[in-house]
Amino acid sequence: MTHAWVSTRRLKEFGMLGMNCRNVDFINRYNERKLFPLVDNKLKTKLLAQEYDVPTPALKFVVREQHEISHIERELADLESFALKPAKGSGGKGILVITGRKGDLFIRSSGALMDIADIRRHMSNILAGLYSLGGTADVAIIEDLIAFDDCFDGYSYEGVPDIRIIVFRGYPVMAMLRLATAASDGKANLHQGAVGVGLALDSGRCLNAAQFGRPIKLHPDTGRPLSDIQIAGWRDILMLSSQCFEMTGLGYIGTDIVLDKFAGPQLLELNARPGLAIQITNGRGLLPRLRHIENMTVNRRFRTEHRVDYVMRQFAEVDPSAQPSE
Amino acid sequence: MNQKRTFFGILIAMALSGIVIAVLRHFATGIPFLPGQEQSVWLVEARVDFEADGGPVTVNLSLPDAQTPGFEVYEEQAASPGYGFAILALDGNRRAEWTKRDAQGGQSLYYKAQLVETGSDSNSAADDPGIGEEHLDYWDDAQELAAKEVLDLASEKSSSPQSLTRELVKLLNTPDSQNTALLSSNSTNQADLLMLLLNRADIATRSVMGLYLEDARRRQTLTPMVEIYTGEKWLLVNPVSGEFGVPPNLLLWHRGGVSVLDITGGKKSRVHFSMIRQTVPALQLAQVKNSESAFTRLGVQHLPIEEQSMFKLLLLLPLGAAVVVFMRVIIGLKTSGTFMPVLIALAFLQTSLVTGLISFVLVVAAGLGLRSYLSRLNLLLVSRIATLIVLVVFMISAFSIIGYQLGYSTGMTITFFPMIIIAWTIERMSILWEEDGPSEVLRQGGGSLLVAVIAYLLMQTPIFVHLTFNFPELNLVLLASILAMGQYTGYKLSELRRFRSMDDLG
Repeated sequence: MTHAWVSTRRLKEFGMLGMNCRNVDFINRYNERKLFPLVDNKLKTKLLAQEYDVPTPALKFVVREQHEISHIERELADLESFALKPAKGSGGKGILVITGRKGDLFIRSSGALMDIADIRRHMSNILAGLYSLGGTADVAIIEDLIAFDDCFDGYSYEGVPDIRIIVFRGYPVMAMLRLATAASDGKANLHQGAVGVGLALDSGRCLNAAQFGRPIKLHPDTGRPLSDIQIAGWRDILMLSSQCFEMTGLGYIGTDIVLDKFAGPQLLELNARPGLAIQITNGRGLLPRLRHIENMTVNRRFRTEHRVDYVMRQFAEVDPSAQPSE
Repeated sequence: MNQKRTFFGILIAMALSGIVIAVLRHFATGIPFLPGQEQSVWLVEARVDFEADGGPVTVNLSLPDAQTPGFEVYEEQAASPGYGFAILALDGNRRAEWTKRDAQGGQSLYYKAQLVETGSDSNSAADDPGIGEEHLDYWDDAQELAAKEVLDLASEKSSSPQSLTRELVKLLNTPDSQNTALLSSNSTNQADLLMLLLNRADIATRSVMGLYLEDARRRQTLTPMVEIYTGEKWLLVNPVSGEFGVPPNLLLWHRGGVSVLDITGGKKSRVHFSMIRQTVPALQLAQVKNSESAFTRLGVQHLPIEEQSMFKLLLLLPLGAAVVVFMRVIIGLKTSGTFMPVLIALAFLQTSLVTGLISFVLVVAAGLGLRSYLSRLNLLLVSRIATLIVLVVFMISAFSIIGYQLGYSTGMTITFFPMIIIAWTIERMSILWEEDGPSEVLRQGGGSLLVAVIAYLLMQTPIFVHLTFNFPELNLVLLASILAMGQYTGYKLSELRRFRSMDDLG
């Protein structure tokens, strides 16, 4: 029976990272303020990723000025499907995914239809800063749609499933798969009701799953057992996330990765203030792993593959029910 | 670790120095730590503004008697650079006189008085001989007739000067009566009209100007009152409500037919009053005044009273800010807009809690309704917010007017709400509604209101009002606690619930 509250002592036993601790001990200490724009602005992240040869969905074009919107249909004419995003949006807000066309209309990932006026309004909202932090002026990015991998068939309702990996000082420390549900309106956003599946760091296998902070076994819409999930090409995904440390210089980040059917893992976006729900989906706290990395002597200049091999070994799951190693 | 120790060392030093300064101030000036240990002292400031013509100027302002019902003038002073100042007694009336040979342009003269609440309603002027003032009327025949009718009507239902007065006030307050409309057409105010009518009935009257004392008010004016002679003594009557006797918070500033303010050599003159209730014990008041210690000079009490009233609110802000930090960092409550709750709490201080809550919810709910229409209009963000601001102003005006018409004058206080903040709140809530659903709106809105109510409850607690105003250095303690909470890395209370499913594992 789940109690209404959990004691501080229990949380400490699990090494749960609280929001205050995350902000003071990790974000403030390891993330330099001046580097934040690199991840808060998706356009900058994308350009930086191209510079560092980190795979990311191709950028089609950018809408920077209000007047460009009036003749936007010309730019969109030869795009069958695309994703429209605010560069400074947070929490998946303002993202519009168009999967196809039907005459003059655009088909959204949810199946709803939009006309060009709706697209224009959405763009002008983005430019005015409706979705950006603090309401500052923004730009709209139009990028290639991910052709998402069949391996998640039956696991995601409408939206694209993505993999969130917390990377601390270049070491991936925890991972989860986020699956959209009907409750989350096709968005892979945990607090809107997406399913979070904790992934074992050594194999990409399902550890645990949760929705709305409560453990679940089956996908609520499709009924498929979540424990069967095993991500193929796991090491490459960890490599991709680990590379983001060199790319941004940020010590504590959340990397969001999607699997493309043809192009393999793609970096979707980065987050300098990654959330804490990943701990619930993994059934363990972040702190022991973070402290372990923090106390390591890193005088040897480890490269990406060394770091990935290290965490796959160090944080390997001996037994799914084992206690986290100190 | 070492860095952390220095940091907390500084915090402790900060908090301690705040407390030490407060204790020193307590001993140097005698201001008590607890409110209510002292007699109430009102600081009243009269400010005379006028434009001097460029020649000699004489300003003559009526002053309250040294002993008035309920109050006693404890100390008075005038602040007016370059002016000669004297207090004169003319026919029992005290008047302040400022003089200057040469004055040009806008002038401001201040008279400050400290009044102690005596609690006694002994009115030394009540036993004056029953000789009233002469009031000249300029009534035409029709008005003359109307006056007679009103008087007849009133005297029919009355037996004494008091009851006649009461009936007259009642009649004057009947707005649809033709007679009273006729009479009031060329009387400046109801007090004058009442006196004219009473004089007809051979009741001696005197005009009185009173000042209602309310804490931290600025730009107040005098209220005209009437004294009637009952045959044995003088009795004050409120010409609008018809109540007899001196209300406890009314200071009788001026008596008699002469004008309150006389100026020769200037024009566009006016006088207004600011007042503040002080928590300085009456006994030590003289010491504070006379001692030239640093504390008295560095205290807020030496600022002009208009500014002091503002400081009273300003010095409460750190408390509100600390509440927000506590609720967000330790409790983990979600609010919409970080410090919006403090501004709402400040507005509650002016409106009182229940009125404030009701009107806030009304305005935001109505705003959300209007905003849902706006979202269909395809507006740019800036103009949408601007539209919301205009709509909020309309709504607040409408609510005030409707409230006033329904007889709730408290409706007017709704204008204290920070409108731009409300417009932004509506915008944010509406986006929240579209993206995360109404339950999230209720959660964050409720969280904001809860924080606002808690901040309000603390900010209106007399002890905190007293301490922050009289011992501003105690805000250092608050600052230290805010900084300390900024270093708190433990769990929030909300996280104990959020992570509750962890309890089932292992």
